[in-house]
Amino acid sequence: MIGELNSKVPSGPIEDRWTNHKFDLRLVAPNNRRKFQVIIVGTGLAGASAAATLGEQGYNVKVFTYHDTPRRAHSIAAQGGINAAKNYKSDGDSVFRLFYDTIKGGDFRSRESNVYRLAEESVNIIDQAVAQGVPFAREYGGLLDNRSFGGAQVSRTFYARGQTGQQLLLGAYQQMMRQVRQGTVKLYTRTEMLDLVVKDGVACGIVVRDLVTGQVTSHSAHAVLLCTGGYGNVFYLSTNAKYSNATAIWRAHRRGALFANPCFTQIHPTCIPASDEFQSKLTLMSESLRNDGRIWVPVDPDDTRPPDQIPESERDYFLERKYPSFGNLVPRDVASRNAKAVVDQGRGVGPLKNGVYLDFSSAIERIGVEKIRERYGNLFDMYERITDENPYEVPMRIYPAVHYTMGGLWVDYNLMSNVPGLFVLGEANFSDHGANRLGASALMQGLADGYFIISYTLADYLAGLLGTDPVPTDDPVFADAERSVGDTVARLLSIKGTRSVDHFHRELGKIMWDHCGMARNKAGLEKALSEIPALREEFWKDVRVLGGAALNQSLEKATRVADFFELGELMVRDALHREESCGGHFREEHQTEDGEALRDDENFAYVAAWEWTGKGNEPVLHREPLKFEYVTPTQRSYK
Amino acid sequence: MSGASNETIDVVLHVWRQPPGGEGRMVTYTEEAKGISPDMSFLEMLDVVNERLIAKGEEPIAFEHDCREGICGSCGMMINGQPHGPQKGTATCQLHMREFRDGDEIYVEPWRARAFPVLRDLIVDRSAFDRIIEAGGYITAPTGSAPDANLIPVPKEAADAAMDAAACIACGACVAACPNNAAHLFTAAKLQHLNLLPQGQAERYQRTVAMVEAMEEYFGSCTMHGECQEACPKEISVDFIAYMNRDFVKAQLKNRKLAGQT
Repeated sequence: MIGELNSKVPSGPIEDRWTNHKFDLRLVAPNNRRKFQVIIVGTGLAGASAAATLGEQGYNVKVFTYHDTPRRAHSIAAQGGINAAKNYKSDGDSVFRLFYDTIKGGDFRSRESNVYRLAEESVNIIDQAVAQGVPFAREYGGLLDNRSFGGAQVSRTFYARGQTGQQLLLGAYQQMMRQVRQGTVKLYTRTEMLDLVVKDGVACGIVVRDLVTGQVTSHSAHAVLLCTGGYGNVFYLSTNAKYSNATAIWRAHRRGALFANPCFTQIHPTCIPASDEFQSKLTLMSESLRNDGRIWVPVDPDDTRPPDQIPESERDYFLERKYPSFGNLVPRDVASRNAKAVVDQGRGVGPLKNGVYLDFSSAIERIGVEKIRERYGNLFDMYERITDENPYEVPMRIYPAVHYTMGGLWVDYNLMSNVPGLFVLGEANFSDHGANRLGASALMQGLADGYFIISYTLADYLAGLLGTDPVPTDDPVFADAERSVGDTVARLLSIKGTRSVDHFHRELGKIMWDHCGMARNKAGLEKALSEIPALREEFWKDVRVLGGAALNQSLEKATRVADFFELGELMVRDALHREESCGGHFREEHQTEDGEALRDDENFAYVAAWEWTGKGNEPVLHREPLKFEYVTPTQRSYK
Repeated sequence: MSGASNETIDVVLHVWRQPPGGEGRMVTYTEEAKGISPDMSFLEMLDVVNERLIAKGEEPIAFEHDCREGICGSCGMMINGQPHGPQKGTATCQLHMREFRDGDEIYVEPWRARAFPVLRDLIVDRSAFDRIIEAGGYITAPTGSAPDANLIPVPKEAADAAMDAAACIACGACVAACPNNAAHLFTAAKLQHLNLLPQGQAERYQRTVAMVEAMEEYFGSCTMHGECQEACPKEISVDFIAYMNRDFVKAQLKNRKLAGQT
């Protein structure tokens, strides 16, 4: 059984904690590092940067990705930018202000010490990336350009056109490939982790499946790092890449790692609405569009006129009406919930009545079409390519979509889970964003974890293992895990049911979106809690996975969707237990008179960390209380 | 023009089907590709065809895809003989069925290149690209060793040109389009991204030689057809190949012991 959760947060003044902690951590001498084997799963920002750093330092690293090359990881799709408290604009930014904004933006559900460290390391990330040749935007004088992002009052966001994630990922990937060449990092592509191996309570390796041959094998190590991203695809439709999945962290959860705040999901307000039932994923449009676009729907739900023929008096600019001071620039969660509310009233627009207008006509009138083209040209082109509508002439249609998951495996200050030897980095852990992530902060966290934190904290763990060998892969624990993976694969191939994997995934996504999406209530969550297990049972009876184990994409999907069922259920349980609203978690029963999120700090200022207790058993909740010594929790208001 | 059309189109698909380790052949799908909405992306059309194949008990068409936003570089197939199909500057995932007409016959094949062996159906092995990057596609910058980011100003024109080159998504369309299966555009894009920046100067010539040599191990020669630029979904210019050739010649002549002198 798991005892008290120890976050291992250092004491002392917050600005000294990380520095002092680094000194207190044990080291591994350069000549001893080659004696250690480390496994890294995932090659996004967190995984690639960790592999590059640990390889450079002399550890033996094995890196696994299910992609054909490490550079495909979904970090590549991040558009907007990366925050750093450089204060190059001298406009009042500081490490403390970035820390403060992130704690507040997370609606007071994250650890102060972790967030402060993140803000502290943010400046080093920019230095590191520039040294690697990441082509950030520059001013004519040759110095770095910044912009403000996501409603921040300072310009602290560094960017590389609309491809910041791509360029940062390629920077980390290239550093990692240098280590591959030098032989410190061994790369396994098209290889998917399907189980974590634990011996006597300590993580000692993984079981993987070669996606080309179908072969299942084991790899052992002194430590395992999961850098496998978020689980937004549990909703089927999201802005996540199609392959993004929760299997690595879910398998670790089933082997004992606690899953923290699973219900904290971020819904991004400016995405392109689904066009039909065959829609495979949703496309995000940068939220900078809300700087000039006005959001509205017709007053009359039965109004079918084209938007330009609806007079001003018959339009409802609902955000401007409800939030006169912030208007269209309210935070992501508020904008999303209000769009949902008008669509639920039947006032949605578009052929499926599933969107709201984002109208640039008054901005075009005010500053001219050229200025708008300059600011948003690439986004307007992307929109037109997908919808075949010209947003310079017709208002865009937007609707919120699942974008990011703040929850993830529980980790302490050292990024180690409650299972010794298992570390979790980037979006896969829960640590830094609380109940809501600020724009341009995901890239920051992935790289802080991988470049600047893990090499210190991992060394401290490995120092205690000097002189020991990894558990050999012929140990029975590996054989057991391999057998369990093989059984799952064989079972999926043998069901030979009538419905495709996508069919079940879509159905699960509908349940999750309807009851555990933007707004949640007790009745809906309880309904989901009965529907999900029923659908899961049907999946295991009736799924149709044709073909064999070698290069079989349906089989790959099936193993991932099987885990989404279990994770979805945990998300619902977590949402049900958290009887408050905070950040991206909105319980309809807990709102202010004005319909805003109502936090309950007295009863819910804690991290909810869930323990797996076996199939069919209810998970056990562990609480890590959150203390706020530097930022006093307040209620947000955007009136 | 409305955002969602009610009219659907019927197309005839001819798709390369090749089991793992087996021989491939073209297979025609007529019934499965009927009633396609013009608002679907090309990959969503394949999703629909696959659902129908599964319903009939046939194995779905294997193709790579992930982000479906034109940035991850996973997708890529020959569509009517053109890499990524008829729309310029567009990856397969961003191509929509409104580019096709009712009754169109569409031929879908994997990238054709010796360096990209077919693994199954439309999936090929592009790992030769990783070998080129591994050979020198980086600036050596160990974690923690970096000076302040604003220490070295980078002229905006240079930074912009580097970004133009760095936009490459490593999809492989340039290789598939080239009559010689050359990877010059891919290699030159990474090389010039790094060689154009002040940070990349220390390793400029050794990087050039190493990457070009790795490239030549796997891929064909460039005879300046320019097909790669036409096929590139990111519209990367062949000018970068000219820069690469210049750097390669310079690398042969340069006394690198003097590289620290201005």
